[in-house]
Amino acid sequence: MKKQRPVNLQLNTISFPPAAITSILHRITGVALFFAMMFVIWAWAMSVSSPEGFALVQEQMAGPLGKFVAIGTISALTYHVLGGVRHMIMDMGYWEELESGDISAKAIIAAWIILTILVGVVLW
Amino acid sequence: MVTGQASLKRNGVQDYVTTRATALIMTAFSLFMGWYFIATPDITYAVWNELFSGLAMKVFTFITLVSIMFHIRIGMWQVLTDYVKAPGLRAFIQFIINLTASVYVVVGLFVLWGV
Repeated sequence: MKKQRPVNLQLNTISFPPAAITSILHRITGVALFFAMMFVIWAWAMSVSSPEGFALVQEQMAGPLGKFVAIGTISALTYHVLGGVRHMIMDMGYWEELESGDISAKAIIAAWIILTILVGVVLW
Repeated sequence: MVTGQASLKRNGVQDYVTTRATALIMTAFSLFMGWYFIATPDITYAVWNELFSGLAMKVFTFITLVSIMFHIRIGMWQVLTDYVKAPGLRAFIQFIINLTASVYVVVGLFVLWGV
């Protein structure tokens, strides 16, 4: 038995495989969306209920904080949906090998970054 | 044995199916809203209010909110059981989260009622 086994639990020195990164991002965006729903439902409830509420939400959405929340929420939702779709494809038995899992993980992260930039450019 | 989705007692299979079923509904709603924002050139209060005044849209929105609640209950439970070990604290956080998720649905119901 080798005695020189690596004992390393320093998280910042461990390199995570892409599949691990997609997994933790799915969790982070999921928890983020739970909190984001407070803003989304508030904005929706105000804006559909009265013209004054609609104007208020429009005003809030035009400011930097409103834009940040909106882009952040859409970005988190985009990632969570992409990760969810990947999950369901894996449920059906595809992309379960090391190579295909690696590629699909990198692909959804790339798609997420591109879509977030796109949404950011349109909304800002 | 007929258990699973019809059973009141939760189990892993039920959680698995519910997460995915609700995910499909929420994805459909998100895609619809995305399409709506892209396809509608000028969204005024009148246009926006009218969208949610139709019965079909009320049903779609309400079912999506219920889906959000179930998805939150399962997803946040999965995350909490991994990171919060103290049972009392976890039960308390879980209670607050589930209550919040229920509030999302009830707020949605009354808002849709008034539109």
